[in-house]
Amino acid sequence: MERSIQFTLNRRPVQLKTDDERTLLWVLRTDLGMTGVKYGCGENHCGACTIIVDGRSVRSCMVPVKFVEGKEVMTIEGLAENGQLHPLQKAFMEHGAVQCGFCTPGMILKAYSILAENRQPSREEIIKSMDGELCRCGTYNRIIDAVQAAAGEMKGGTHHE
Amino acid sequence: MSEYGTPIQRREFMKLLGSGIYILFSTGPFLYGQQRGFQFRQYPEDFNAYLRIGEDGSVACYTGKIEMGQGIITSLAQMLAEELEVPFTSVRMIMGDTKLCPWDSGTNGSRTTKIFGPVLRAAGAEAREVLIQLAAEHLQLPENRLIAVDGEVRDKTDASRKVGYGFLAGGKSIERHLENKPPLKDADDFKVCGQSSPRTDFEEKVTGSARFAGDMRLAGMLYGKVLRPPAHGAKLIVVDTAAAQKIANVKIVQDGDFIGVVHPLPDMAEKAVGLINAEYEIPDNTVNDKTIHELLLNTEARDSEERKGDLEQGRNIAVQEFDAAYFTPYVAHAPLETHSALADVKGDSATVWVGTQRPFGADSQVAQAIGLNSDNVRIITPYVGGGFGGKSQIGQAVQAARLSKMAGSPVQVVWSREEEFFYDTFMPAAAVKINSGIDASNRIVFWDYHVFFAGNRSYECIYNVPHVRTASRGSSFGGGGPHPFGTGAWRGPGSNTNIFARESHIDVMAAKVGIDPLEFRLQNLTDERMIRVVKAAADRFGWESGKAPTGRGCGMVCLDYLGTYVVAMAKVRVDSKSGSIQVDRIVHAQDMGPVINPEGARMQIEGAVIMGLGYCLSEEVHFSGGTIMDLDFGSYKIPRFSRAPKRIETVLVENHAIDPSGCGEPPIVGMGALIANAVFDATGIRMNRLPITPERLKPRLT
Repeated sequence: MERSIQFTLNRRPVQLKTDDERTLLWVLRTDLGMTGVKYGCGENHCGACTIIVDGRSVRSCMVPVKFVEGKEVMTIEGLAENGQLHPLQKAFMEHGAVQCGFCTPGMILKAYSILAENRQPSREEIIKSMDGELCRCGTYNRIIDAVQAAAGEMKGGTHHE
Repeated sequence: MSEYGTPIQRREFMKLLGSGIYILFSTGPFLYGQQRGFQFRQYPEDFNAYLRIGEDGSVACYTGKIEMGQGIITSLAQMLAEELEVPFTSVRMIMGDTKLCPWDSGTNGSRTTKIFGPVLRAAGAEAREVLIQLAAEHLQLPENRLIAVDGEVRDKTDASRKVGYGFLAGGKSIERHLENKPPLKDADDFKVCGQSSPRTDFEEKVTGSARFAGDMRLAGMLYGKVLRPPAHGAKLIVVDTAAAQKIANVKIVQDGDFIGVVHPLPDMAEKAVGLINAEYEIPDNTVNDKTIHELLLNTEARDSEERKGDLEQGRNIAVQEFDAAYFTPYVAHAPLETHSALADVKGDSATVWVGTQRPFGADSQVAQAIGLNSDNVRIITPYVGGGFGGKSQIGQAVQAARLSKMAGSPVQVVWSREEEFFYDTFMPAAAVKINSGIDASNRIVFWDYHVFFAGNRSYECIYNVPHVRTASRGSSFGGGGPHPFGTGAWRGPGSNTNIFARESHIDVMAAKVGIDPLEFRLQNLTDERMIRVVKAAADRFGWESGKAPTGRGCGMVCLDYLGTYVVAMAKVRVDSKSGSIQVDRIVHAQDMGPVINPEGARMQIEGAVIMGLGYCLSEEVHFSGGTIMDLDFGSYKIPRFSRAPKRIETVLVENHAIDPSGCGEPPIVGMGALIANAVFDATGIRMNRLPITPERLKPRLT
């Protein structure tokens, strides 16, 4: 149904008029210019489109735009604040947890959601939580190192507090 | 595209770039390490094609190479900074733009450092010498009193007398001639190369600002989808677009059996193409993933072969013979970024943003598809989200260009994951037959090797064997022949198959005669450089001598990939109930000559190891004739976090006696034999077919 939908995107209110059944991924990428949200498969297999909705990770290829009505949405573009990179972003850079960079936004945001629930995850816990996030370049071990380093940096608090 | 090789083209080049330093230069040939005769085109000889110094002293480096995760955006900048004597941070890379950058054959074959590196370094060295000449005039000092450091030319004896590159540039256009080409620096003198410079693409990639082809936007652009046949070789019989036409704002275009839709929204274009009803005639082809190897072995094609010694003589002196065949499947590239392109066709010219490994080549392919002169097609390559050989093909850009021409608007095509699997040019399924023999002192005395449809890269026997025949049947790229669909280069093309076969077979022989696989290799190797790498790997791994199968699950492999030497060792565990394999540890020693960016090299090696475990353990394209069964990540299983070995240790074997060599492909090509050999050591079972899935291994464990 074509109608007006409002939500918060990267701390700013947005309002758009569109068919509310449209897939959130494409609305974010096309209508709202958030091209950091990546299309990798469109069928819940890879995690490249992962975003944060009300603090939890959501695969934006799997939900219609109406799902986020009235909610707080964060994409990778909203993770750094006031030009300050989030500890996860810094840790990914420092640990070389990036190659082609296509899975990176989804990886970082998935890790963000994990750290919100488990402040010092073990290697095994990270593997278990992130096993559905795919990287073809093979950066997995460095991502694990980066997530643990960021967890240490955040010292149990969240960056945005 | 023009190469800026002639004066007229040079003027165009200067006009395009605006003000800055232009030192026109034309003396002897500027060809370092290029494969003459292999390519029609060569790198331009004028170093102005590769770099430009701005008035602020910043350096723009132009290259036809592209960045797809391998890190050359950083390592090339290091190489230029090293020779030009500028700070690494002052170099900005402009990559893969056919209008601005010098021609390049493509980013593949681990050739950037090895083949293009010396060309770029020479350009930097020549520019540095010309700047010293200019500084000598400006400072009124003899050239031999001057030294170039950090983007300045200084008096060696009085550092206060100096002038910056930017000042020397000064918006002037000066023609200069050098009498002699300056030599490239010796690796021992490297200051910028050999350092783990931070990757310059990372900040954009962690903030989401990095642009890939699918992220490019133009005013008035549309999103396109092209109707895909259900099978390769299928012929369109009937098509009905009525339902698709009902979608608001949709436009359907047709040119023969090319049927596309364009829409202002990508999701609606996808929906519309899904509403097209089409009937196809599918060719009768019964070959499938279970029968393909038999077909390969029975398909006639031309053999190319090399011989050394006399095989019959070798057979006569052998006391033991070994016969085996090895098989590898079709493997998908499966980059996370699907093939994407944005084409803007306007009249007789076109600009196409495309995720490609071959911008030069894409230009003529697009031009041909839409009837333009290739000089009028500009390819711009943004970041590429993984290539692995698969993005040398640009079917998506051709689709986008055709749609743009027909629709009269810029059109972006982003392949769905299903299209990505369907249109992929897979690593070709292949087979290898080996007949070999050893004498009473366990020396390999003959080696009769025959590879079918993988190509001949890395098919050489690297051991010291007196009587050898190596033969390669059929080509490996381009499909046709026995392949029911397209095949192409896949990270280390041909070598993944050839090294799996050779290094498995070495272990088969060692096990049969009861010798530790490392000792057996050392007994048959005479290449001192390789022996050094073997020892480096064994030291780090703590290799314990033993007659396989020891039950420990340790395996090794050694190889030479286009001049880069690799020795890898692995420890695996095999679950005897399920047949599943867990790799606990891999030590990977690599001698690639002087290393430009050590941390970047380690990242490439670790990544290749993990990617390689995919084709060892789980990846295989299932198909029936031209119908591809695996069209998603649910059934085509690439490595996940849980697959990664807990420990991947890299040993960069220092070697300044050779020139810098390739890094990104060598670490993947030995993975098959490495794991198969470790599985044999764990279980006593020799797996001759990849991937070693639980389904294949389990029945043999009982």
